[in-house]
Amino acid sequence: MQFFFEVLIGGLLSGIMYSLVALGFVLIYKASGVFNFAQGAMVYFAALSLVGCLEKGAPLWLAFILAFVIMTLLGIATEKFVLRKMVNQSPIALFMATIGLAFFIEGLAPMLWGNQVWPLDIGLVDEPIGWILDRYNIVVSSFDLTAAGLAMALVAGLALFFQYTRVGRALRAVADDHQAALSIGIPLQHIWALVWAVAGFVALVAGMLWGSRNGVQYALTFTALKALPVLILGGFTSVPGAIVGGLIIGASEKLAEIYIPPVLTDIFGGNFGGIENWFPYVLALLFLLVRPEGLFGERHIDRV
Amino acid sequence: MFYRETGQFKTSYAADQQIFPIRQDRIGIMLLLVVAFVVVPLVASNYWFNAILIPFLIFSLAALGLNILTGYAGQLSLGSAAFMAVGAYAAYNFQVRVEGMPILASFVLAGLTAAGVGILFGLPSLRIKGFYLAVATLAAQFFIVWCLTKFPYLSNNSSSGVISVPGIEVFGMKFDAPQERYLLVLAIVALLALAAKNMVRSTTGRAWMAVRDMDVAAEVIGIRLMCTKLLAFAVSSFYCGVAGALYAFCYLGSVEPDGFSLDLSFKILFMIIVGGVGSVLGSFLGAAFILLLPIFLDIFLPWLSGVLQLPFDGATVSHIQLMVFGALIMFFLIVEPHGLARLWQIGKEKLRLWPFPH
Amino acid sequence: MFKRIKQVAIAASIAAACLAATLPAARAAEEQFFMLPDYRVGPYGANGQSFYGGFIDYLNYVNMKGGIDGVQIAWEECETEYNNAKGVECYERLKSKAQKAPGPIHTMSTGISYALVDKSAADKLPLAMMGYGLTSAVDGSVFPWSFPLVTTYQMQASAIIKFLKDKNGGSLAGKKIVFLYHDSAYGKEPILALEAEARLNKYTLVQIPVAHPGNEQGAQWQRIRQEQPDYVIMWGWGVMNMTAIKTAQKMGFPREKMIGSWWAGSEEDTVPAGDAAKGYMSATWNVAGKGVPLIADIEKTVYGAGKGNLKDTSKLGTILYNRGVSAAVLSVEAIRTAQAKYGKGKAMGPEQVRWGLENLNLTDARLKALGATGLLPEVKTSCDNHEGSGKVKMQQWDGTKWVPLTDWIEGNKQLIHPLFKADAAKYAKEKGITPRDCSKEK
Repeated sequence: MQFFFEVLIGGLLSGIMYSLVALGFVLIYKASGVFNFAQGAMVYFAALSLVGCLEKGAPLWLAFILAFVIMTLLGIATEKFVLRKMVNQSPIALFMATIGLAFFIEGLAPMLWGNQVWPLDIGLVDEPIGWILDRYNIVVSSFDLTAAGLAMALVAGLALFFQYTRVGRALRAVADDHQAALSIGIPLQHIWALVWAVAGFVALVAGMLWGSRNGVQYALTFTALKALPVLILGGFTSVPGAIVGGLIIGASEKLAEIYIPPVLTDIFGGNFGGIENWFPYVLALLFLLVRPEGLFGERHIDRV
Repeated sequence: MFYRETGQFKTSYAADQQIFPIRQDRIGIMLLLVVAFVVVPLVASNYWFNAILIPFLIFSLAALGLNILTGYAGQLSLGSAAFMAVGAYAAYNFQVRVEGMPILASFVLAGLTAAGVGILFGLPSLRIKGFYLAVATLAAQFFIVWCLTKFPYLSNNSSSGVISVPGIEVFGMKFDAPQERYLLVLAIVALLALAAKNMVRSTTGRAWMAVRDMDVAAEVIGIRLMCTKLLAFAVSSFYCGVAGALYAFCYLGSVEPDGFSLDLSFKILFMIIVGGVGSVLGSFLGAAFILLLPIFLDIFLPWLSGVLQLPFDGATVSHIQLMVFGALIMFFLIVEPHGLARLWQIGKEKLRLWPFPH
Repeated sequence: MFKRIKQVAIAASIAAACLAATLPAARAAEEQFFMLPDYRVGPYGANGQSFYGGFIDYLNYVNMKGGIDGVQIAWEECETEYNNAKGVECYERLKSKAQKAPGPIHTMSTGISYALVDKSAADKLPLAMMGYGLTSAVDGSVFPWSFPLVTTYQMQASAIIKFLKDKNGGSLAGKKIVFLYHDSAYGKEPILALEAEARLNKYTLVQIPVAHPGNEQGAQWQRIRQEQPDYVIMWGWGVMNMTAIKTAQKMGFPREKMIGSWWAGSEEDTVPAGDAAKGYMSATWNVAGKGVPLIADIEKTVYGAGKGNLKDTSKLGTILYNRGVSAAVLSVEAIRTAQAKYGKGKAMGPEQVRWGLENLNLTDARLKALGATGLLPEVKTSCDNHEGSGKVKMQQWDGTKWVPLTDWIEGNKQLIHPLFKADAAKYAKEKGITPRDCSKEK
């Protein structure tokens, strides 16, 4: 039983890490209806910029700010050169454009900062917490706990930002209806640039945590694939959905990886591990059959 | 002046409904086929066959498959590579396990197997729409590749999961040389493209388009959603499956499940976007573009940096290639969101008048 | 209209460029052409960068020293992005240039080499797969054109078991070993060998696969924690390696009990893992560092003349860089061997290079003459044995660099090589190949 709890806790904490990446998707989708596939590449770019500034001798806080500035510039450039020119095109065209953007960033980032694999030390040690290990024999990593705390703080901050600031209100108006927002004088372009900057900030936090966990390298772009099932489970438009989705996906994926392969082995023989790639997707798929718009997604009503 | 339909009168329904109602088109397509079947095998080099023409045709077929699903029936899919994998492994198994199975029959059976799997993974489309469906098709992508890795039976108990295909023989004739393989692939692709062109003009195709434009409305006018959507999945997967079988047998010769990755699915999606969503011609144009662009950049950029004496090392050139590729995709979507097929259409319209101003 | 013209222009220039690429370039008479289907971008770009940097630096070095007995080396790179289809395209593109006087082809990708085994045999071009690729090609009677030189996954696994056995006083009976592997062709290759060894040495083998790319391994390591194994043998690649090391730390599993394959034992894997990697061991078939005179000489000669391939010279002397140099050394030595038989100072044709690879005899004395003492093990190939060595070294990460722990260890040939034979026979049957009679080759 205690093993079950260990896996469960580990899964929940990993899930938070997925949520962080998923959050970036949600922000952009909410505000501009763009399914931004480049989010994974942005995580990579942000982490690499952070490391690059650290390498040049900047202290962590300064490097963080510099990386944020770089991400903001990237967001503004994306809005100005790509999205603005694609207003009124079909969502699939916008989606494809972001895949193009992902390629662009994947080329740009290593060209600017070099393509080696960097360590990133943000002063958190990824070791089991001693007293929990001693008393319950359950491994809980202090790093994961801190990361989860950071993620929660981020979500709370974003929620407050959306709810109580002028810009936040404008953002929600834009998300509701572009045209109506435009007609009451909300500057659409500024808002979009801002959203991309905020998404860049989220990517930076995600990149920092993932990077210090696994090293800063190209593989950070794969974090997007972990975030997608979270996204469909939670709904594309919901910030809390991203968090809850992350928790569900993280926990179930880990439990599945432990408990399902032995069952399959009993039936078919052979070794059936490594189901983490598809299990979250299938889970999300099954879930969608019940609720086609995700857990917290907006209900879509078709009218002829 | 060159492309005018004036004076071409139709006197029967058959003439009015033929695939290419305009004479110039008929002549053009005939010329194209003659060039493809006769001239190209005579002049092209082995490099062209092995590295460009064969993969071009195979990817065109896969793109055509995806275009039927996404372009005509409106169901966005990110799992085309997985259906190719099903085709490749199915064809291999039919070939290895059934003594004396003709290769063309195993291609067809491979397509049918893929169609079956396609229907299975198409079921969620009855409930789920748009990007939710796109992400859900990723389930197919990852699950199928995982299955191929995990069941040794599917790869004839190869310890690594890699399959290496036997030689190709059709009606007692060996297809070893690149030209021969090219002709085989070309014949299959031409046949299937013709079938696709006819299908999208038929009742089925119109039903697909009605579903694409608005499925609730389509249902109201009496189109059975389930049949239509699942048929689109089946036909699309059939095309992808055959393409996968050809990919293994006529192109690579040896494939592993990991080769049919998400990247490949994206590549096929790119092809139809750049080529033109909802256009048979577009599938071919897109495949050509996406296949040739990286090769072109690969040759052109090092040459450019050599000529201009730019201080680029190999890595930088590779990175710039990736950036240019991404930038061109965005550029295309901005300039011509309807793809190359649309450019071709505009070109034809211009040719109607050219060189006269009015 | 303008758009259309632009399209036509682009199409035309693409066609022209491709055409130009297919035309055989005019070359000097005595030149050996190496095609390099390499990769510097994508998920494994960092690894490819170091490997091919070392490879090209050595080719440059040989040229600066007067070539292979006067024969200059030419080469051309082609970016594969570690992608099979792109690799095949690169091969086909560069093939015509290489047909006259090829160097062995190194793809550094198991997938691409699988796709090239048949093609290169049909085109008669020698394919080298040093420590990767189709391992049954050790049997040269079925695979005359493929060379899994130095060592293979199976022999390496066997050598690791031998090392562990020696460490435990000669017996592994009753021990538990976890095999944590990248769930792909690469990771699955050694399973048969490890199972055979398990039957022989009476240890329990637990297999735990990690799905690609392996950037999340919580569940796997929780399982390892529950299993309480004596050792973890890891077949990882790319991000999977540092994630495994970091997750081991998170779960409190001692890194001193983790042994990686040689694709899991480079600076690219340990440096990003930081302190967590201290004590981690891996196999390798070449040593790290600039202590080898050859590496120091390359730095002096090639980089001194400003012809170095790497912008970042801190990569010099890393495991993968030295591995690239070792691969190039073996390739050049094979051509030298061929020259000794077919005429010094001449460019060697494909069949001649193949003969050179098959009759390679790289002794310690020769390595010493090259300044590469101890860089790689002795290699002696034959028609029967395209591997030629089967030896690896164990090394340990001390927090800043890789330290060799042992001398060259040879795997259990009697146990492993029959596996290759059986596999090759099956392959020959499937493909309808009649194996050569090796006793008639010389």
